[in-house]
Amino acid sequence: MIPINYYIILSAILFSMGVVGVLVRRNALIIFMSIELMLNASNLAIVAFSSILKSFSGQIFVFFVISVAAAEVAVGLALIVEIFKSKRSIDVDQMSSLKG
Amino acid sequence: MTLELISFLVLAFVAIATAAGMLVSRNAIYSALFLVLNFITVAIFYLLLGAPFIAMAQVTVYAGAIMVLFLFVIMLLGAESIAGEFNWRRATFPGLLSLLLVIQSTYLLIARARPSGEIAPPEAAVNTVENLRSLGTALFTQYLLPFEVTSILLLVAMVGAIVLTQKEKRVP
Repeated sequence: MIPINYYIILSAILFSMGVVGVLVRRNALIIFMSIELMLNASNLAIVAFSSILKSFSGQIFVFFVISVAAAEVAVGLALIVEIFKSKRSIDVDQMSSLKG
Repeated sequence: MTLELISFLVLAFVAIATAAGMLVSRNAIYSALFLVLNFITVAIFYLLLGAPFIAMAQVTVYAGAIMVLFLFVIMLLGAESIAGEFNWRRATFPGLLSLLLVIQSTYLLIARARPSGEIAPPEAAVNTVENLRSLGTALFTQYLLPFEVTSILLLVAMVGAIVLTQKEKRVP
């Protein structure tokens, strides 16, 4: 018997590590991976709640989240490849062409 | 300490350690491989929570397809050699903010969330075909509309990725 609070704390820690990754790293690919980490942490909390409520709905919701993440990664990586082709860099600090 | 609690703590340690490794490693390939390990640990958590279908989807879609796509792009761009080090000096403020986020979200989720208590270990019946069948039935009856919308979303993403990566045609 594991208290659900443990799962919630683990999910919060993983989510915050993803936030740190987005804020600190400058490599666009690593930022993308951190976003995946955050999605994953929220999925963990949803499945924990669905398990304690003994309901399928949470699992189905997580299934949708996984498919949306797959779509997001496909488009995002295509964008990163295009940016690399034009700028020869994927450092997000260099992507400041629109800055006045 | 029961066996279940020990296994939870070990898995939680592995999940947090691999996430930290993903954050601080200098090479993007190592980051991706750490993230694969993290996804697999989370899949084991799903099994412990009695969600075998989600666990398998996690392994195939996340650890399989998505991370292979990441590795493919890293190798295509040669991004493993692009230095992008973890900057400890710049990390202190975001680290403090996220520590605040951990405390706040944990407090809110524990204090405000209705379901509380302990999660019982999943019964053996969770792993049967019957269980999977009822999951599929719910997906195709109660949640049919979101399911169809997801298919449209995947189609749009596919078309978008192809349009973004194809070469521009010169207008004559």
